[in-house]
Amino acid sequence: MHIPDGFIDVQTSAVFAGLAAAGVATALKGARTQLDEKTAPLAGLTAVFIFAVQMLNFPVAAGTSGHLLGGALAAVLVGPWAATLALTVVLLMQGFLFADGGLTALGLNVFNMGIIGVWAGYGIFLLLRRILPKNKSSISIAAALGGLLSVPAAAVSFTIQYAMGATATFSVSTVLSAMVGTHILIGIGEALITGLTVSAVLASRSDLVYGWKNHV
Amino acid sequence: MLTNRKFYIASFILSLFLAGVVSFYASSSPDGLEKVAGDIGFIETAKDHTNADGMLADYGVKGIDNERASVGVAGIIGVIGTAVLAGVGFKFIARKPKKVRS
Repeated sequence: MHIPDGFIDVQTSAVFAGLAAAGVATALKGARTQLDEKTAPLAGLTAVFIFAVQMLNFPVAAGTSGHLLGGALAAVLVGPWAATLALTVVLLMQGFLFADGGLTALGLNVFNMGIIGVWAGYGIFLLLRRILPKNKSSISIAAALGGLLSVPAAAVSFTIQYAMGATATFSVSTVLSAMVGTHILIGIGEALITGLTVSAVLASRSDLVYGWKNHV
Repeated sequence: MLTNRKFYIASFILSLFLAGVVSFYASSSPDGLEKVAGDIGFIETAKDHTNADGMLADYGVKGIDNERASVGVAGIIGVIGTAVLAGVGFKFIARKPKKVRS
């Protein structure tokens, strides 16, 4: 899901760099109100855990792999504002140290994974949390389904960027169906990792979980 | 319930283990976007990364030939680096402004 340099033209990349910067600035303000000295370490560890798990590509279909994006997971654990910041830290590390994700594509990647992935996942989580019974299993299930749908949401976001500024000329609808189809499969892995991680943290330190503590 | 200290240490060690040891067993197939780009054909438009020859490019440490060690050390460096950057950043964000004494 990390866009390399060259896929999307410079103008479109610049537009999304601006959008991503505005999103991160808003997240910085928001995180100030959501984080305190007790939850700040969990936000840091969430970034660390997402970095580690993003290295673990799992096979999804013949010759294709996927990895956790982590937006829904981070949003449920530490709130959506801190989640955007955690993903941004991960993407900065990957882009600058590990040559993963182009530097001119950084804004595109922060936008897709750090903003769309986070808010699509968190939105679905909130919706399901309202419908499901008020217990910890519901939180894990809602988080998993948020994770599931956050991945194709990020894939759609890439397709919009492709439509706006691809340097190639292949049809947008071909790209859309291939991206969404593949990323629904990857979303299943995202759902499993998100659900398991949230239930593990709920079992050990439910008092730290943002999506649970402001619900009970 | 685990204490804060134990919970944080356990999660950090788990992350080190995942990035340092398990990462060697990760699938090396192209990821979803790469696969789609390859199948459709726009993979050709990708440019080499600015840091393609960097010390840690593609999650391997330059100069370590053993693949298991190379990806493992790169993973551990990434985990520690992320911990420092995110740890300092979030601590700073969560700091409550001190009350101004009159």
